[in-house]
Parts: sequence; C-alpha cells; structure tokens
Amino acid sequence: MAKPKKKSGREIFALGAEAVVEGALLAGCSFYAGYPITPSSEIMEGMASRLPGTSDGVFVQMEDEIASMGAVIGASLAGRKAMTATSGPGFSLMQEFIGYGCMIEAPLVIVNVMRGGPSTGLPTSPAQADVQQARWGTHGDHSVIVLSASDVQECLAMTVTAFNFAERYRTPVILLLDEITAHTREKITVPTPDSFEILYRLQPSMPPEWYKPFEETVRGVPPMPPLGAGYRYHVTGLTHDPLGFPTQRPDEIVALLERQFRKIDQFFFDIQLADEIETADAEIVVVAYGSVARSAQLAVAQAREKGVKAGLLKLKTLFPFPRTKLERLAPHCKILVVPEMNMGQMSREVKRVNTGQFAVRTINRVDGQIITPAEILKVLRRR
Amino acid sequence: MAERTQLIHHYLRHNKKFPHVYCAGCGHGIALGSLIRSVHALGWSKDEVVMVAGIGCSGRMAVYVDFNTVHAVHGRALTIATGIKLSNPNLKVIVVMGDGDALSIGGNHFIHAARRNIGLSVLVLNNNIYGMTGGQCSSTTPLGATTTTTPFGQMEKSFDLVELAAAAGANYVARASAFHAQGMDKLMQATFTHRGFSLLEVVSPCHTQYGRKNKFKTVVDMYRWLKESATPLEQYRKLSAEKAKGRIPLGVFVDRDEPSLEERYADLRADQTAQAGRR
Repeated sequence: MAKPKKKSGREIFALGAEAVVEGALLAGCSFYAGYPITPSSEIMEGMASRLPGTSDGVFVQMEDEIASMGAVIGASLAGRKAMTATSGPGFSLMQEFIGYGCMIEAPLVIVNVMRGGPSTGLPTSPAQADVQQARWGTHGDHSVIVLSASDVQECLAMTVTAFNFAERYRTPVILLLDEITAHTREKITVPTPDSFEILYRLQPSMPPEWYKPFEETVRGVPPMPPLGAGYRYHVTGLTHDPLGFPTQRPDEIVALLERQFRKIDQFFFDIQLADEIETADAEIVVVAYGSVARSAQLAVAQAREKGVKAGLLKLKTLFPFPRTKLERLAPHCKILVVPEMNMGQMSREVKRVNTGQFAVRTINRVDGQIITPAEILKVLRRR
Repeated sequence: MAERTQLIHHYLRHNKKFPHVYCAGCGHGIALGSLIRSVHALGWSKDEVVMVAGIGCSGRMAVYVDFNTVHAVHGRALTIATGIKLSNPNLKVIVVMGDGDALSIGGNHFIHAARRNIGLSVLVLNNNIYGMTGGQCSSTTPLGATTTTTPFGQMEKSFDLVELAAAAGANYVARASAFHAQGMDKLMQATFTHRGFSLLEVVSPCHTQYGRKNKFKTVVDMYRWLKESATPLEQYRKLSAEKAKGRIPLGVFVDRDEPSLEERYADLRADQTAQAGRR
C-alpha cells in the first residue's frame, strides 16, 4: 500500500526512530502526545522539534502514557492524524484507552518500540515480547491492526501504512518495532510526498440531521467528521446504537461488535502484508518479523549456498495474522522456522493456523540479545 | 416557564430516551440547568461547544445535552479534552467530572491540566461519594463519614479541591453550591469565559448514597445543611478559625490572567514558521 511509486526524494542517514518521524510527517500526522521512555524517546524528541515548524502541528508532553493516549484520542476526534510512541511499560498503561479507541473507532497510531520485559525488564535491550499484548492487551473482544518493520527504510514506509490503515478502517493501529530497528542508523531515502498514497478518513456528505456516526455501511466504516463541523454526536465507550447513544439492547450490541470485527476482517487481503523471499520453491521457510527478519534473510542466503532450499516469509502485518501467506507455502514447504526474541508469541499464531501441513521449529531468545544468522542457519541445515 | 421550556427543547437531546439517571434531590440536575442557562446567556452555538465527561453520575450528563459530547473513560476526561483543545483552540471545551473521577482516579491529570493552564472550562460536581457504583467513599468524603467502604467511618482526610487547583496553577478557581443556583449561573459563566484552566467546584448533595447514611433524614435536610453552612468567601475570610469550622466558602478563589497553553503554542508556531520562512 505504501510502496514508493518512483525513486525520488532526499537521502538521509537516520535512526529507525527518525524514519518513523519522517514517515509520520509524510503521512500527514499533525498531533503527537507522549511520555518519555527508553528506547522510544527519539521518536518523541523528533516530533517535538519538527511539529511546531509545520503549519498546524501540535506536540505535547503529557504526564504519563495514559494521558498521552487520551490526548491522541481527543486529537483524533478533533480531526487530526495523531500518534504516540512508547515502550513496554508505557504500552501496558495505554491498554484501557486502546480499547476505548477501538470502541469509538478513532483512527490513531501507536508505535511500541519493544524492550525486554516483563515489568521494567531490560530498558536498553531488544525484545519482541509485546506481540500478543498488542493483539489482546485491552479487555474485551476487539479487532485491531498490528504492523511491524525490520529496517530503517521500512520504519518510514510502515509508519505511512499505519496511518493509512488507521484512517481507512477507523481503528487504532499499532506499529511494533524493536530496540535494534529503532536504534539502527542507515542511509534511507525520504520520498517526496506525492510518491505515496496518503489516505484520509471518510467525511460525511449527508446533512447533519441524517448523519448516524456508527451506522452500518457496506464497508463497515462510517464517515467521521471532526468535532465542531456541525455534525453533533455522542461518543462513548459504552456499547452504543448507530446514533452513538448507550444501549443494552442485545440486537444493537451484536450489530455494533460484529461490524467492528467485519470492517477489518473483510479487508483481510488488503491488510495482510508480508515479503516473500525465495519462497517459490522453498522446502523450509523462516517466518520472521522485525530485526530478526534481517538475520533470517542472511541465514536463508547462506543456506541456499549450502544447497538447502530455504526461504523467508517476512511478516509486516502481524495481526490480523497473514494466514493465507502460509497456506500458499504448503505445496512445497514442509518445515516452518519461527525465530523471535520472546518465549514463542508469533509461533503460537503459526501453530494456530497450521492444520498439519508444516512441522514448526522455534528459536527463542529472551536474554536481550538478537538472534544471529548463525543460530537460524543451524536450524535450517538440521533436516 | 415558556422560556425555560424553549431552552430545554433547544439544548437537550430529543432523540435521547429520558428520564435521566439522577435521583430525586440530586444536585447534578441543578448544575445541568445552570450549564444550559450559561451557554445560552453567552450566545454560544451548539456546534462550537464540546462537552467531555468522565464516568459516574456526572459523566452521564454528556448524553443529555445537544453539543458535541464525549463520554470518556474513568478519570481521563481531562486528557481527551486536552487533545481536543490543542487540536482546535476555537472549540469551547467543557469538562464535567465528579469528585471520584477528577480527584481519585484522575487526580494526576487534574493537577497537570491545571499546571499546564490549558484553556478548559472544568466543572467538578462534588458529592463526596461514588454515587453510581453504590456509595463507596471518595477522596473528598469527609473524615468520619459512613459509606459502604467505610462502614466504621472514613479514616482518611479529604482533598480540598479549590486549594489543590489553586496550588497546581489554575487561572481561575471558584466554588458554587447546588442550593444557590443563581450564584452558580454567574460563576459558571465566568468559568466558561475565563482564559486558561478554569475550575468551578459545585457542591452537589447526594442524598441517596451519602445523606441517608450520614444523618440526613430527607433530601430537604441536606439542602438545609447546604444553605446554612455555605458562606460567601468575603465573609468566610473574616471568620475566626472556630467559627469557620464546618462552613463551605463560596465564590472566586483564584483569578489570574496568565496565557493559556494553546495561546503559548500558537505563539511558538508563528515564531517557528517565521523562522522557516527566513531560512
């Protein structure tokens, strides 16, 4: 969705975190609220220095991560493209408001630069241990989009994609990075704004008295005007009817929640993003995401040199889990290898969708160290 | 009467199923009436008013009024309101919270919003109790009071909302009572039009959950107590410590004219844009 159409733009030598800032500004983000936390603070610092220089950009440092999410939701209701960035402990604090964002269908982006946990854990070391929290962290059944990026250029592109998905589907989108990706400095190209497709939330075209803020539509995504535009309506975290008023009627509750799932599920094929590298004839495929995918890419190349028919499925969308990408591997691939810097959170998804076609091998590290190409190669060569 | 009916039809939502949740004798309805009269007196259009409310009895107010209304999560109304006001400073953002909402679960947001001096009109309807959840003690429940979670009497001291907001840096701080509706109207209008963070505490009796358990036989007893203990601030300040005990001072406690955060931010942005133009 957010691939540059042509090679143009300026080259910079940037951190992954700085690439997120570039991507957000390209996507039209004009509001940032946050609270400092390692290893995500560079995103906040970048926004603090850049946003006041834009025509309408607002930056505010809030008193904690709960308040940051509240301000982002307020900004989203007021019509802004808004974001925050955080890391593990701050992400935990945001969970209640993430559920509120899902319930009121507020487009917004949360970047979580994952560090070692649980609790204060390893603030300066990488991990990928918030994957299931990103999907299921807030209480109640809800649908949410979770993305990931593995290098600095991808940090920029996936930030734009995150905003586009948020606007298109009226939903919070979580971009999971890890400490390595956010703190790696590489040369990247910042494309010109016209080389990306930039999406904006649908605006109502009907007169205010006809507008129903949570109406059933074919796409499942009702239009969303900014506060103050004449479309006065009620926003609540309670289960609500199509007008936004609280309801306890079973038929209205089920219609609301089913639509909120459907609006994402029915666009599954547009949302599932993954790079397939040498998978066409692969007999053993690594399923990886984030910085580990870079180790995996090298391991796959080395395995090919040694005659192993290896491939890499690099996940960019983590949720909804891109299951059909796996299904396509089934005719030739017998083994999946899932390396990740946690105790097995994404391999759990892989095993969930696996209906016996694959043997699943896992590689897990939780010691604050990256999984090396050698470790993955060893598993690829074990037949 | 006819005028009042017109106000009701204009400002309350006709498509929302009434009756409201407020019990007989609740002070919140009086505050709601004052709010509507104040918005009307100021001549604001309904489209430019945003009401952000928390959770609890006071939080339900947002659903009844025909403004842009946001019913937040518990304790966080001020954070959402901050995002709205910074995004669009032209909107008139009114925040309605209860004492549990503003001072217990949302206490941190309360002092920081006041410190930030963000241009919000904040109403705290203080009934000294968690009404909706069944009468548990809050951080403004008086020492010794009986509630469902302090069956042997409240052992903790309570917050003084006015002192807290003043110390935290609010531009305008006032207190009104549900018994003195006309006085409330005046203070409410001043709160709505004052620059920066403006707080109005409304002492709002809850007979159902608080009064019944604390020796107020009837609703009327509660209002009689409020009438007798409320004292204009000027008079209150002249009273000896002994005589002031148990009295509730009403009036304007803080009236400062410091620039609000959104004004400072607009200055910064103008400055930055001008610099970018010179480069």
